[in-house]
Amino acid sequence: MLAATSGEVATAFVELGAILVVLSLLARLAVRVGFSPIPLYLIGGLAVGAGGLIPARITDDFVVLAAEIGVLLLLFALGLEYTPAELTKELRRNSLGGLVDLVANFLPGLALGLLLGWDPVPAVLLGGVTYISSSGVISKLLRDLDRLGNRETSTVLSILVLEDLVMAAYLPIVGVLLAGTAMATGAISIAVALGLVVVIIAVAARFGPHMSRAIHSESDEVLLLSIIGLVLLLGGLAQEVEVSAAVGAFLVGLALSGPAQHRAGELITPLRDLFAALFFFVFALGIDPADLPPVLLPAAALAVVTGITKVGVGWWAAGRAGVGKHGRWRAGTMLIARGEFSVVIAGLGVAAGVEQQLGPLTAAYVLMMAVLGSVLVRCDRLPQSLDRTSGPPSTSLAGPSTGR
Amino acid sequence: MTEIRETELPGIGVRQEFDTVSGTRLGVLTTRTGRKELLLYDREDPDSCRATVHLDPEDSVVLADLLGSSRVSDAAAGIQRLKGLSIDWLPVPASSAAAGRTIGENRIRKATGASVVAIVRGEVTNATPGPDDVLEAGDVLVSVGTPEAVDALLALLRAG
Repeated sequence: MLAATSGEVATAFVELGAILVVLSLLARLAVRVGFSPIPLYLIGGLAVGAGGLIPARITDDFVVLAAEIGVLLLLFALGLEYTPAELTKELRRNSLGGLVDLVANFLPGLALGLLLGWDPVPAVLLGGVTYISSSGVISKLLRDLDRLGNRETSTVLSILVLEDLVMAAYLPIVGVLLAGTAMATGAISIAVALGLVVVIIAVAARFGPHMSRAIHSESDEVLLLSIIGLVLLLGGLAQEVEVSAAVGAFLVGLALSGPAQHRAGELITPLRDLFAALFFFVFALGIDPADLPPVLLPAAALAVVTGITKVGVGWWAAGRAGVGKHGRWRAGTMLIARGEFSVVIAGLGVAAGVEQQLGPLTAAYVLMMAVLGSVLVRCDRLPQSLDRTSGPPSTSLAGPSTGR
Repeated sequence: MTEIRETELPGIGVRQEFDTVSGTRLGVLTTRTGRKELLLYDREDPDSCRATVHLDPEDSVVLADLLGSSRVSDAAAGIQRLKGLSIDWLPVPASSAAAGRTIGENRIRKATGASVVAIVRGEVTNATPGPDDVLEAGDVLVSVGTPEAVDALLALLRAG
């Protein structure tokens, strides 16, 4: 019996090892050119698998499960970034900005989905794909381009915080929609799920510090096991009650504070990178490259429209904060990048099998946004050609300099 | 007073900034992990940084020391310019007859008119010395008084 399983183990090791070696080469290339690795992982997944250059099949359930864990860790790390107090403060201070961002970037995706003749549910998912900026890509760009100290950065971060809060409400709604229940019971399920999220956030704000102290340990081993255990346990329980495992993981991250929060962030990052890379790869693996050409045109149109709407939101929000024209331009272009969470949202739809084109369209869209975003974000100043159309420069320059 | 503007950066830390007298905008970003970044803003585009310097905790201490210590010596120089008042750091030589005896036994106040406001011994500073504190060879006495009184104390300490 041992002999029989050792053969399977060998195949699984070779399979997993080969995938990771390919991903490591792609990540190496990404570091070399100073680019986000996410689009490269997607390209890697497209190249392998059905219809790809290397028609390999992933037979191992572990890879698929690892990809799911990647989603949980992505959301957990996101929740870890902020405390409930920071979320509620931003909500009170900047809810208008968050609302404008939501309307301007959700509607184009929703509208395109409906125009393509999709059902409402996948169209709602596509709205989520175009809405959410990639906080992973953006926070890395802010560091790499040395923009943490810039005055427009607080505007960018504020918008990202609110997007995360919207995710906490959006994911349970999507979870219920994908479960495909009837209209009346669906509405009740959504209300229950949202109520549960609100209660958990309130409990996290109240008892998070106690829980964090209880979990925290000087031993990295103890802390790591506690965290991963909690994330999987609560993620699974959340899935049971149809709130979506991702939201469960997000809320665990949110509840952690103090030293446990900082240490957890350091411990979880390498694991998240490993499992998330597998997730992006597996997502793209399920896409037949032959399905891409028909969606290229809609994806390009969506990229142009939602590129403009994100820049517009950043421009407007930074202007409200008294930032000058160049800073407003940087805030806008910084927000263009879509990445991990767009793929996570589309992944939910693909797993539920709602719309054939959702996966390919999202993959093409994220690839385009990655290129568009990383090119535009490196223009430090508002381009001259745009300057004339955006009103007299003196009005926007007057803002910060009259502060003294 | 210079106005310091403070902005919270969710997930990152706090940014504080101010405009120098000459009009350059300077800032300090303190991350949640305690690292600091020194920010020098651009004059043309006052929202972006012309230069950022990443400071590890020990770098911050060194920088604060450089800026802070100059303020202490500025203050000391200010005191020395006070009319009729002198402040000086006086060493106790190894051959001094005053070594091994208390401030009171040496009759410092009565004999010279100068006051010893601190005794610096190696790394330790006694900032509230009394008549019963013993002087040792190698101590540095921070002394205040008229220039003549401080000179008299210097002579007393040097006497073998």
